[in-house]
Amino acid sequence: MRRFLRSGHDPARERLKRDLFQFNKTVEHGFPHQPSALGYSQSLRILAIGTRSGAVKLYGAPGVEFMGLHRETNAVVQIHFLPGQCQLVTLLDDNSLHLWSLKVKGGVSELQEDGSFTLRGPPGAAPSATQITVVLPHSSRELLYLGTESGNVFVVQLPAFRTLEDRTISSDAVLQQVESSQPGGGQSRAVCRLPEEARQRRVFEMVEALQEHPRNPDQVLIGYSRGLIVIWDLRASRVLCHFLSSQQLESVCWQRDGHVIVSCHSDGSYCQWPVSGDAPQPEPLRSCMPYGPFPCKAITKIFWLTTKQGLPFTIFQGGMPRASYGDRHCISVIHDGQQTAFDFTSRVIDFTVLTEADPAAAFDDPCALVVLAEEELVVIDLQAAGWPPVQPPYLASLHCSAITCSHHVSNIPLKLWERIVAAGSQQHTHFSTMEWPIDGGTSLAPAPPQRDLLLTGHEDGTVRFWDASGVCLRLLYKLSTVRVFLTDTDPSDSLNVQGEDEWPPLRKVGSFDPYSDDPRLGIQKIFLCKYSGYLAVAGTAGQVLVLELNDEEAEHSVAQVEADLLQDQEGYRWKGHERLCARPGPVRFEPGFQPFVLVQCQPPAVVTSLALHSEWRLVAFGTSHGFGLFDHQQRRQVFVKCTLHPSDQLALEGPLSRVKSLKKSLRQSFRRIRRSRVSSRKRRPAGPSGENGEAGAPAQARPRPLQGQEGAARPERAGVQSMELAPVQRRIEARSAEDSFTGFVRTLYFADTYLRDSSRHCPSLWAGTNGGTVYAFALRVPPAERRMDEPVRAEQAKEIQLMHRAPVVGILVLDGHNVPLPEPLEVAHDLSKSPDMQGGHQLLVVSEEQFKVFTLPKVSAKLKLKLTALEGSRVRRVSVAHFGSCRAEDYGEHHLAVLTNLGDVQVVSLPLLKPQVRYSCIRREDVSGIASCVFTKYGQGFYLISPSEFERFSLSTKWLVEPRCLVDSAETKSHSRPRNGSGPEKALDRTRNSGSQSDGEERRPGRVMEHALLNDERVLKEIQSTLEGDRGSYGDWRSQRVAVGYSLSNGGAE
Amino acid sequence: MNRSFHKSQTLRFYDCSAVEVKSKFGAEFRRFSLDRHKPGKFEDFYKLVVHTHHISNTDVTIGYADVHGDLLPINNDDNFCKAVSSANPLLRVFIQKREEAEHSSFGAGSLSRRRKALALREDGPRRRAHLHIGLPHDFRPVSSIIDVDILPETHRRVRLYRHGCQKPLGFYIRDGTSVRVAPQGLEKVPGIFISRMVPGGLAESTGLLAVDDEVLEVNGIEVAGKTLDQVTDMMIANSHNLIVTVKPANQRNNVVRGSRASGSSGRSSDSAASRHSLPATPALLPLQPDDADSDDEPDVVLEGVLEPPRPAPRPPVNGAGPASARDGPAHRLLSSLRADPRHSLALPLPPGAVEEHGPAVTL
Repeated sequence: MRRFLRSGHDPARERLKRDLFQFNKTVEHGFPHQPSALGYSQSLRILAIGTRSGAVKLYGAPGVEFMGLHRETNAVVQIHFLPGQCQLVTLLDDNSLHLWSLKVKGGVSELQEDGSFTLRGPPGAAPSATQITVVLPHSSRELLYLGTESGNVFVVQLPAFRTLEDRTISSDAVLQQVESSQPGGGQSRAVCRLPEEARQRRVFEMVEALQEHPRNPDQVLIGYSRGLIVIWDLRASRVLCHFLSSQQLESVCWQRDGHVIVSCHSDGSYCQWPVSGDAPQPEPLRSCMPYGPFPCKAITKIFWLTTKQGLPFTIFQGGMPRASYGDRHCISVIHDGQQTAFDFTSRVIDFTVLTEADPAAAFDDPCALVVLAEEELVVIDLQAAGWPPVQPPYLASLHCSAITCSHHVSNIPLKLWERIVAAGSQQHTHFSTMEWPIDGGTSLAPAPPQRDLLLTGHEDGTVRFWDASGVCLRLLYKLSTVRVFLTDTDPSDSLNVQGEDEWPPLRKVGSFDPYSDDPRLGIQKIFLCKYSGYLAVAGTAGQVLVLELNDEEAEHSVAQVEADLLQDQEGYRWKGHERLCARPGPVRFEPGFQPFVLVQCQPPAVVTSLALHSEWRLVAFGTSHGFGLFDHQQRRQVFVKCTLHPSDQLALEGPLSRVKSLKKSLRQSFRRIRRSRVSSRKRRPAGPSGENGEAGAPAQARPRPLQGQEGAARPERAGVQSMELAPVQRRIEARSAEDSFTGFVRTLYFADTYLRDSSRHCPSLWAGTNGGTVYAFALRVPPAERRMDEPVRAEQAKEIQLMHRAPVVGILVLDGHNVPLPEPLEVAHDLSKSPDMQGGHQLLVVSEEQFKVFTLPKVSAKLKLKLTALEGSRVRRVSVAHFGSCRAEDYGEHHLAVLTNLGDVQVVSLPLLKPQVRYSCIRREDVSGIASCVFTKYGQGFYLISPSEFERFSLSTKWLVEPRCLVDSAETKSHSRPRNGSGPEKALDRTRNSGSQSDGEERRPGRVMEHALLNDERVLKEIQSTLEGDRGSYGDWRSQRVAVGYSLSNGGAE
Repeated sequence: MNRSFHKSQTLRFYDCSAVEVKSKFGAEFRRFSLDRHKPGKFEDFYKLVVHTHHISNTDVTIGYADVHGDLLPINNDDNFCKAVSSANPLLRVFIQKREEAEHSSFGAGSLSRRRKALALREDGPRRRAHLHIGLPHDFRPVSSIIDVDILPETHRRVRLYRHGCQKPLGFYIRDGTSVRVAPQGLEKVPGIFISRMVPGGLAESTGLLAVDDEVLEVNGIEVAGKTLDQVTDMMIANSHNLIVTVKPANQRNNVVRGSRASGSSGRSSDSAASRHSLPATPALLPLQPDDADSDDEPDVVLEGVLEPPRPAPRPPVNGAGPASARDGPAHRLLSSLRADPRHSLALPLPPGAVEEHGPAVTL
C-alpha cells in the first residue's frame, strides 16, 4: 500500500501544492542590529538606517519600509539623501560610495542599488589621500563633494560617479588663499601668525565638515580638523572668508539664513561666527562651554535652530564633564532657559532634528529630535512642554531586555484585542500625543485580515504583547511579573527621579535596559487563551503564574502553591538557584493581566513546557524533573508526576553547578596537559605505561585527541600538536535510559479523546519527555455546576516508550476526520467545527527524529516518517498550521510546519505524514535563530535574526504580510500622489506573489546572533569534549545542547 | 559412538535428561534424542545426522533454531553443546547441502526473515580444527560484512548488530579530507572518518572498522555533503541496526573474493569506483524504509492504571504544603521499568496492565 502511494507524482497533487505552499521571507521586525549610520530626507520625510553588516533600511509612514543590502558586508558609515530626490548615497567603511534609488515598479516602490564608486587618488598617493570623511550632496542634485583625510575636497558627478578633477578643492589652494587674504603684515599680527605656524604642522589635516550655504548654492563651507573653517566660492574658486579656532573642530552647523555658523570642538565648547563678506577673518561672536569649567568631552555634532518665537534651539551631542559624566551618552537640548541632557542607555550613533522642510521658510521651527542609539530609536517631541518622547510605530527594541521565549496567537477576538489595547494605552501616558513625524510614502498593503498577537517573554520577567498583524510590529501592552516577587530592588523607587537643581540636568530616555535584577525572573513559557483571556506564564525558577485580564486596577493577594516534583525521592539535592520569594499580602496590580495563582515547582528548575486549558480551568507545567497539573478554579494541585531517572544526577544539580563543574573540569584538563608535558619530559623512556589503571588498551589504539591522563604517556610534541589541531569528534552511541536529562518534560498537551476505550472519550493530559517517553493521564473534570465542589481527578492511563528514545517535541490528537482537535473554547465560540468524535482518533507523536501516528485508544503504531535516519536532520520545532489555497477561497488543509536543526522549514502532511515541501530558511550555524522560531496557525513564522530583530516568513500562499508602499519624489508628490490606497491595491494583488518571491530569494539568510552565554557554553563544552575524550561524551555534549535549546522552545505542538 | 546417541522412536517415556531432536533435510524429518548433559562431540553428531538421513556421501551444513527463532549454525563442539543445552524442549535441526547453504544465511531473525539479503557466510570448512568460535553463550552475530559482491573491493559495508547486545557501539567520527580521482586529476574533498574506537566496544570487537577509515554511507545513504553533526545524528538514529560503508584506511585486509565471486564487479572496477556512487543493495536503497521498519524494535506501550496517583491532600492555599509521599515500592518498580524496557517485559505487571510487544503494523 505504501509502495503504491509513493509510486510516481500525482500531477493534481503537485498543482494543489503550488496553490497551498510558497516560501517567502517577507519583512524584518524590530530594531536593526548594530546600526552604524542615520540619514533623513526632509523632503521625502523618510528615515534611513545603515548597519554594520551592510544593510540599509528605509522607514517612512507606518508600513512604508524598504531594505537594501550592499554586496559587501562592510559597515555603512554615512547615508545622505540627494536633496529632493528619491535617491541616497551610502558610504561604507571600505571607502566605497553607493547610489541607491527608489524606483516605482508595478505601482510599488523598490529600493535598488544603481551604482558604486571608489575614489582613487593619483598613483602612489597615500590611501588616506582619498579616504572619505565627509560627503555633501549638492543641491544641484548632480554633484557630490567628498571631503577626505588629506584635506582635499573632490567633486564627483552623479549618477555616473564621474570625478571632476578640475573642480577639486585642494588643501594647498585653500591655504594659499587664506595666507594671501591676510592683510600683508598689517593690522593684527596675532591672527596672522596662526596660519603660518599652523602650516608647519599641516593645519588642514582632514576635512571634518562640508556644508552648502543654505541660500546660495555657490558657497560651500569647509571645516578642517585642526580648527580652520573656510567659506569657498565654487564659481570663483576662492576663499570668501575664513575662521580660525584654537580647538580641534568636530562639526559645523550653518544657520538657516546663512549669517551665522556654529562650530563645535573637541574640548566640549562651541562657537558662533558671523558670516559677512566684509571681514575676511571674523572673530567669534560667542564661545561657550556648556558643561564647563572642568574638562569636558567633545561636542561631536551641533544644531542651532531658529524659531518663530525668537529663541533658538541649541541641540548638541556630547560635551559632558569628562571626569564625572564622561561615560554617558547624552544629547543636550537648550531652549528658552530650559536645558535637558537626554541620557541614553546605549551609545548614540547619530541624531537629526526634524525641522520645517521648505527651504524658503524663514525659521527652522524644529518639531522633533530623532536619535539613533545603538540599541533603539528615540524620538523626542520638541514642541510639547517637557519634551516628551514619541512612541515609534516601528523599529521597536524587541530586546529591551533579552528575549527568552515567544508565543504567537492568531486571530484574536476583537473584544480581547480592545481590552489589551486599552490596558496598554494606560501604560503609554508618558508618550507625546504628537503624530508620528516621519510619515513619508504611502503604504499600499491591504489592511491585515486578522488581529495577531506576538508575545515575547523577557529576561527581566516581563511579557510584551506586540501587534503582529501587519508590517509594523507595535508594542500594545507590557506585563511585568516582577511585582509578585520580592526582589532586591523595589520597583517603586525609580532611578529617574532627579532633583530640580541637579547638574547636568540628565534625563533617562528610551526603553533599552539590558540589566536584569534577577535572572530567575526570566520568562520561559507563555500560553494565552484568546477566548477566555486567561494567560499562563512560567519562568526560570520554576514559577508558574496564571493571570486573568482585568480592566480595572486591583489589589489582591496571589494564591501560592508549591508543587514538589521530586515527591520525596531519596538522595537528591538541588544545587541550582533557589526559588523566588513571593511577596506576602495583597499586591496592587495595574489594569491588564493580573496574576491570581502562583505555582512554584520544587526543585525550582526552569519550566520547560506549559499548557493551559481554559475550559477545564487546568494548567499543566513541566520541568526537568517532572510535570504537574493544577486546577486554577479550585486553586489546588491535581497531581504531580516525577519523570526523573534515578541515575540522572545531572538533572538534579541545577544549571549553576553544571557550569561550575564544567569550568572545573576544563581547568583540570589544562592542568593535566601541563602536568603531562612536564612529566613526559622526565619520563619519556618509560614507555607507554599509563599513570593509572588506564593502560588496558594497547597504546597504538589510542585516538589522536588529547585525553587527560593518557596524554602523559605521549611525547610532548605530539601532545602540543594534537592540542593545536584537536579535531572535533562525535561519539556514536545509541541513546540509553541512562542518558542525562531523559526526564526533562518537553511538551504537554490537553485533548478530549478516547484514551481508555473506544466508546467513551474523556479529557486527557499528555506529556512527552526528552527520553522519548509519552505519558497519558485520564482526567475527570466535574461538570460546570459542580465544578467547585468536586475535585478534578487524574489517573495514568498509558505510558509509551519510543524505542529510538529521541526527545518528544510534539503531541497531537487527530479526530475521526484526521483534523487536529480544536483549541479549548473554540467550539463553544462557534469558531470551529466540533471535532468528529465518531471515527477513531489517532495520536501523533513527533520526536526529534521521527513522526509517528498511533491508533487510539489501543496504542499501536500505524504510520511513521523517519527524518534523522534518512536525512540527518532533527526536528526543532513543530506546529499544526492551516494552509489556505490561493485559488479556492474556502479550501484549506491542516499540515505540520516543521523546522529542523539544519534551519530548513518543511511541511509534512496530515495524516499520512508525507513530506510536501522543503525550503532552507535559517543558516544552520544560527543556533539562536533556530531556537527562537515560532510558527503561527496559518503557516507564517518568526525567528530572531539578531537579538533585536524578528524575520517574518510565510509558508502559505494566502497569508503573507509584507510591505508594499509607494514613495514619490518631492516634485511628483504634489500632483500624482494617490490619496487613498484602495485604488491601486486591488490591481496590484496579482503581481505581489511573484515579486515577493524573488525578493525573498535575494535576501541573504539571517546573521548569526551573538548570544554570548549560549555560544560560550557550547564552545566550552566542545573544548571539554575534545580534551577529555571519554568523559566529555557525546551524550553530555548533546544534553548540553538540549539544555540550551529548550530555553526558547515553545511548549510543543499547539 | 552410540554411547550417548540412541535412536528414540518415541518420547513416550519422557526423560528429563533427554533432548528430543527433530532433524529436517529437504522435506524429510527424522526424530531422535540426545542426552542433555552429555551431548558428546560435534563430529559424532554430524555422523549421526548424515547417517540418519542416509546422506553420508553429501557435504552438508547443520543449523538449528534457537530460542529466539534464529537459525544458528552447528559446526563445532561449542555451538553443538550450546544447541543441545538450550533446546527447550525440542531441538530443531536443519540440514542443507553445502552448496545450497552458501546462499542461505544464519543470523538473528534469519528464520523469520529469509528475504534479507544480508548473508553471514559460514567460516571455512567445518573440520578446520583451529577455528574457534568465541564465547559459547553468545551465538548471535555482532557484525557482518555485507554486499561484498556488489561493492568495489576498496570498500567495505559493515553491519553492526546492536540487537540484544549490551555493548556500546563504541566509536567516534571526525571531519577530514580524502583524495578522490576526478577527471582533472586528484582532488581533495571533505570526508568523515572514524577517529577513535572505544576499547571493548562493539565496533572494536568486530575488527571490521578501524581508526581513519573513511565513512561513505550510513544505512545506504551517502554522507557526502553532510556535516559531521548530521552524520552523527544519522548514525545514532540508525543505531539499532547500523550499516556503515567505509573505505578502510588499511587496504591490505580486504575481503578476497573467491573464484566463485560474481563476475560483474571484477577487479577492474576498483580504480574508478571511488568517484562513482556506490552500488547499493536493493534491500538498502531507496525503498529502504519499508525494510528498515521491520528492523525497528517496537515501542513499548504500557496501558492501564499503572500507578493510581493519589490526589494530593488539599494544600492550604497560601502555604507551601509539601506534596504527599508516593507509595515507595510501586514507584521503585516503575523506575526499574523505565530503566530498561526490555526487562520490563519480563517483570510482573501491576494488575490491569496490558502489555504490547507486537511488531508495528506498517502501511
